[in-house]
Amino acid sequence: MAEMDTSSGGGHKKGPGVKKGKKLSTRVDLTPMVDLGFLLITFFVFTTTMAQSTAMPMNEPKDDLEKQMKVKNSGAMTILLGKGNQVYYYYGQLMPETISQDFKSTTFKGIRELILEKKKATPIDDLMYIIKSDDNSTFKNAIDILDEMVISAVPPGHYAEVPMLPVEKMLINETEKANGIK
Amino acid sequence: MPKVKIPRKSTIVDMTAMCDVAFLLLTFFILATKQKPPEVLSVKTPTSVSSKAAPDKSILITLTKEGKVFLMLGDETKKAAIIDDFNTTRGLQLTGAQLAKLKKAEYIGLPVNQLKSALDAPQEIPASLMAGIPTDSTNNELSFWMRSVTNAYKGEDQRLLQDMILVKGDGDALYPIFKSVKEALKANEIFKFRIVTEGEQVPAGSELYKTGKEDKK
Repeated sequence: MAEMDTSSGGGHKKGPGVKKGKKLSTRVDLTPMVDLGFLLITFFVFTTTMAQSTAMPMNEPKDDLEKQMKVKNSGAMTILLGKGNQVYYYYGQLMPETISQDFKSTTFKGIRELILEKKKATPIDDLMYIIKSDDNSTFKNAIDILDEMVISAVPPGHYAEVPMLPVEKMLINETEKANGIK
Repeated sequence: MPKVKIPRKSTIVDMTAMCDVAFLLLTFFILATKQKPPEVLSVKTPTSVSSKAAPDKSILITLTKEGKVFLMLGDETKKAAIIDDFNTTRGLQLTGAQLAKLKKAEYIGLPVNQLKSALDAPQEIPASLMAGIPTDSTNNELSFWMRSVTNAYKGEDQRLLQDMILVKGDGDALYPIFKSVKEALKANEIFKFRIVTEGEQVPAGSELYKTGKEDKK
């Protein structure tokens, strides 16, 4: 232990002329050491649990053109991911006459509400989210939107990633230009 | 009235025992912390609500911010087989020494045509100067690598392989790179894989949050 018996218990007595050496206590104050110890412990405890990365499952469909799914217009919501974390969306199909009203833009903050709204308004069998990523969108966007599907508890098989149509690309480009997104 | 003498006691507590415990715990945590392999490729992964931990042993495809693709073969038992298979199927004709060097490398990040000269070079090329594995549709070398991977795991539990394939990408990497990686995996009949993400809390009030609560009840 940290203390030691320093008293000269039953030792021989020194003569009267011999000076006694000063007795210094060998007791060390361990408080700072304990402090440091616990500080390091807390550090290690936090670093061990926080560095855990997670894995998100990903299922890709087989490219089978003959077996393309038919989606009901009433149940479809197309979500387009653009530049600068912008999200565009429309319901059903784009009609040339009403294109400017149907094609709307939002952000990742707003899309959750819209996904949920659509989910509640549509019978589950008809529900389909079509996700299309623009070439200028990022990997993060693609993961985030899939994550949104999980967050809104959209059952697997009711959302799919599909390549973007030229019309949609054009619409995104125009909207980006109008909104000044670089 | 007789005075009651209260014996004076020292307020100094013996810290030794506490100190012992503290350092015992400290040693435990230091030893228990798994040493993270030094990250040569700095990648900031996106977040997701998935709570499944990423496996340690993995075939990891990393996409960097600049759009380069790197491949890390984490399964030591199959690493040699994968590289040998790639050597023969692609007709690289690497020498024994070159193969040995490639097997020792932590990650693969060079196009096939630069591989040989890089293996002969006395110094290792830092990751920042590597060109990455080409993934464009005309020359998708990643799909050749993945072919070798599937060849090496032929006859084994395919679910194990599925669990091992991880894609880790920087959040700022552009989508087309991710798409071409998916193409490379699809070309080898790998339809299920996983994406490495940083854990995130399920947002309160969301559908998933509610269902999660019901499950707990």
